[in-house]
Amino acid sequence: MADKATIILHSGDMDKVFSALIIGNGALAMGMEVAIYFTFWGLQRLKKGGLEKGPLSKMNMLGLGKWMVKQRMKKAGAASLERLLQDFKELGGRILACDMTMAVMGIKKEDLRDDLISEYCAVGTYINEARESTITLFI
Amino acid sequence: MAEIKVDCTGETCPVPLVETRKALRKAQKGDIVEVTGTHPSSKKEIPMAVKALGLELIDIEEKNGVWKITIRK
Repeated sequence: MADKATIILHSGDMDKVFSALIIGNGALAMGMEVAIYFTFWGLQRLKKGGLEKGPLSKMNMLGLGKWMVKQRMKKAGAASLERLLQDFKELGGRILACDMTMAVMGIKKEDLRDDLISEYCAVGTYINEARESTITLFI
Repeated sequence: MAEIKVDCTGETCPVPLVETRKALRKAQKGDIVEVTGTHPSSKKEIPMAVKALGLELIDIEEKNGVWKITIRK
């Protein structure tokens, strides 16, 4: 069995979603199995049309900071969140969605990008994945 | 045996690594994958991935800031 990385994405901040997807893609590229568990604010990013909606975790300045960072990322040739998400799926990454967050925040399956989601689950699944992972992160 | 070229010139982290992996997944055993790029860290990290995947690194060269890494699946 391949080495495994399990990432919890709790934050919905744009820069942190980038971190999770970059690390996830890097681990897949280097031959690991990867699951990202989207919960709380992170799960908001799996809503239809929600991927780019997160603010910057620092210096957002009502969206001005976010806009500036996006411009600079474009200039640096950085991949978009959508491209990273598609690559993540293409390389066999799994996306787990927290069903408790869905209940608490009133999110329905049809509100989410269901085609990307491998499993709707809870903490037991995360622990089961994490206990056999060599890398686990909380973002 | 096919020779697959992947151009990651001007791309930054993690694209060269990811595109290399995508090409390697699609390649047949024995195929050659040749990746070119300009992102400095990828020049040392793609060989790390090749090793982790148990594949063969054939060559690394660099000219005027453009590197070329050749891998056999």
